[in-house]
Amino acid sequence: MQIHKYDTVIVGAGGAGMRAAIEATKRSRTAVLTKLYPTRSHTGAAQGGMAAALANVEEDNWEWHTFDTIKGGDYLVDQDAAEILAKEAIDAVLDLEKMGLPFNRTPDGTIDQRRFGGHSRNHGEAPVRRACYAADRTGHMILQTLYQNCVKEGVEFFNEFYVLDQLITEVDGVKKSAGVVAYELATGELHIFQAKSVVYASGGTGKFFKVTSNAHTLTGDGQAACYRRGLPLEDMEFFQFHPTGIWRMGILLTEGARGEGGILRNKDGERFMEKYAPVMKDLASRDVVSRSIYTEIREGRGCGPEGDHVYLDLTHLPPEQLDAKLPDITEFARTYLGIEPYTDPIPIQPTAHYAMGGIPTNVQGEVLADNDTVVPGLYAAGEVACVSVHGANRLGTNSLLDINVFGRRAGIAAAEYAHRAEFVELPENPAELVEKQVENLRNSTGTERVAVLRKELQETMDANVMVFRTEQTIKTAVEKIAELRERYKNVSVQDKGKRFNTDLLEAIELGNLLDLAEVMAVSALARKESRGGHYREDYPNRDDVNFMRHTMAYRETDASGKDSIRLDYKPVVQTRYQPMERKY
Amino acid sequence: MSTATLDKLEAEAQTSHNIKVTFRVRRFNPEISDEATWQDFELEIDPKERVLDGLHKIKWDLDGSLTFRRSCAHGICGSDAMRINGKNRLACKTLIKDINPAKPITIEPIKGLTVLKDLVVDMEPFFQAYRDVMPFLITKGNEPTRERRQSAEDRERFDDTTKCILCAACTSSCPVFWNDGQYFGPAAIVNAHRFIFDSRDEAGEQRLEILNDKDGVWRCRTTFNCTDACPRGIEVTKAIQEVKRALITRRF
Repeated sequence: MQIHKYDTVIVGAGGAGMRAAIEATKRSRTAVLTKLYPTRSHTGAAQGGMAAALANVEEDNWEWHTFDTIKGGDYLVDQDAAEILAKEAIDAVLDLEKMGLPFNRTPDGTIDQRRFGGHSRNHGEAPVRRACYAADRTGHMILQTLYQNCVKEGVEFFNEFYVLDQLITEVDGVKKSAGVVAYELATGELHIFQAKSVVYASGGTGKFFKVTSNAHTLTGDGQAACYRRGLPLEDMEFFQFHPTGIWRMGILLTEGARGEGGILRNKDGERFMEKYAPVMKDLASRDVVSRSIYTEIREGRGCGPEGDHVYLDLTHLPPEQLDAKLPDITEFARTYLGIEPYTDPIPIQPTAHYAMGGIPTNVQGEVLADNDTVVPGLYAAGEVACVSVHGANRLGTNSLLDINVFGRRAGIAAAEYAHRAEFVELPENPAELVEKQVENLRNSTGTERVAVLRKELQETMDANVMVFRTEQTIKTAVEKIAELRERYKNVSVQDKGKRFNTDLLEAIELGNLLDLAEVMAVSALARKESRGGHYREDYPNRDDVNFMRHTMAYRETDASGKDSIRLDYKPVVQTRYQPMERKY
Repeated sequence: MSTATLDKLEAEAQTSHNIKVTFRVRRFNPEISDEATWQDFELEIDPKERVLDGLHKIKWDLDGSLTFRRSCAHGICGSDAMRINGKNRLACKTLIKDINPAKPITIEPIKGLTVLKDLVVDMEPFFQAYRDVMPFLITKGNEPTRERRQSAEDRERFDDTTKCILCAACTSSCPVFWNDGQYFGPAAIVNAHRFIFDSRDEAGEQRLEILNDKDGVWRCRTTFNCTDACPRGIEVTKAIQEVKRALITRRF
């Protein structure tokens, strides 16, 4: 086992991790540990754009953006954080341009902007062009540009190093981050990284759903590592279902398609969003559109012999516009469905897309141990974190923004903390937990298979905690997850080797998914209201009196070693916006 | 709303159309043996599924030790370039029906890079060549307060090469690269092109000098393998030709 010492360790090399690394490397000795090669991260799959009130093509300002973000999040957004997001958005986009990002341009050579869901002029009057974009591959360009700048800055990467545990040492009664334990995929060796600062930027956890836009590798590794060490997870019941995933496959088709004029239609060809959102129509917020689609399907207006999808219609748009603005998603339709978007509408259904919840942080990216206490030396940014700028529902283009604004903030804060802090002593036997976990899995002769359990998990999540939820469906999920967690103890892998053991890796990932699915379901059960992405048919209204608060879920372990979830709540930060009824 | 293609798609999706296919996979695990071998797996699969789905069926249902990289599963992350029926492709962008499933489908690691296990190769030399062309924007003078201006035409000039996902399908399809791993390879040249022809960049000359090296663009024999292999549809050979021309004319 090797022990490494760095000022700052960043876990994950997607947008947030690399944005943090660019700052941290300039200021401190930094290592980036990443499960995947950096350019494989799922930031690259983001398509439509990154919001910033540049006002390049029409009047706009960051205050409108702040309001839209708060309203979009159904008022569960921490308003101080949303204000920072919207204000710093402008520099975040300009910084990327200066780093080389090839944005689409206006006729006068400035960054072009387009419409996106929930982004409006003057507090909801009409859609506004706020999304800065590079065709429908904005995420790809951000990921490439950030990697390019990491190369330029000489960022030190440990590729295919999988962080499995967060080390915490108590110093004078204060829990401090001491470092992390990582598993080197190529060799099967464990590595201890002692660090003054650790930044989690390891992404989302969408793979506990079956129909999802998420990569196979998005298994909530960072969330799980912190949660198992007693740190809370915030607002995990809020998960975003993107309205337009390719039917049955879940592959993302950007909201930018509707920003460019695409229309959702039911089997009668009706533009049904006019009924549900008379002003914003197809560009209402994602939770609203996804629920509308499922309402159409449930009421018998879905398309196809089974009536289980609707259409995204681009056929009225000029082919030149599709080629210039939406080249990738039109190619996906051709490749995976064999249809021609110039002439055929595209069958779509909502797809599990984004975790609004995650590791709670303040606006400096510092991780919280409870409602107010920070964990010195521990940071998080991006989808793994909950700051909370997305509240109960994230607006499209705000995640590419989030990773840049809060990735940068966390990178700076972590490096500056490393300057003034001393190394925290490692716990005794720092790798003990991981060694046991890895060896148990490798040596297990159990009869359960990873793929079988994962499939059952994904099926129960899709059936019970998706767009529509009730007490009964959530309870069904909770019971099923408990059963699967029990069966997981009896799981075994076929590959017993050390070298590139991805069989073992998938088993570990499944353990993370199961723990996080449980947190999600238990948090959802307790939230007896409907807000943003969390819709309870048995409690169809928002309840600000009882639930205008963040959920904080903690793992507790009793004397016998049995774990359970304790829920607590944290107030929402409100500055200037009073909650109003949400209409689009 | 319906169209003929759409009706067919929706009707077909109702019933299972699984067919039997053979995946003939190149296996190598130095923990077990120094020799690589072929192993056949019989699968039932819908021909509209991806080769990656087939590999997952093997890994999840038949043999957990089969090892390959993958992540996004829709052609964006660049993890799963492999040699499928002798041609470099992304497993997640190749549908079974498009590669003659009547015969065994051969699957091997991409060539020219050291195989570490099964379909996993050592990507370091590939990324080193990429890093060597200075793949980042270099500018001089003071930064503007707002964005740098760039006309839509200037932006269009290098659009094709911005699409690269660094999957290595091109470089590992190049016979010159197979024979001599010192050659920068198409992907590195594509990424140099992306900056040489970016009107905002001011280090084109330096990059051209790097590619003027004995292991640079002049090694290209214009076999077009790279263009055929690129899953993003980049005209790789054309980009290399443009870099060659820029070296001669010093205009870009």
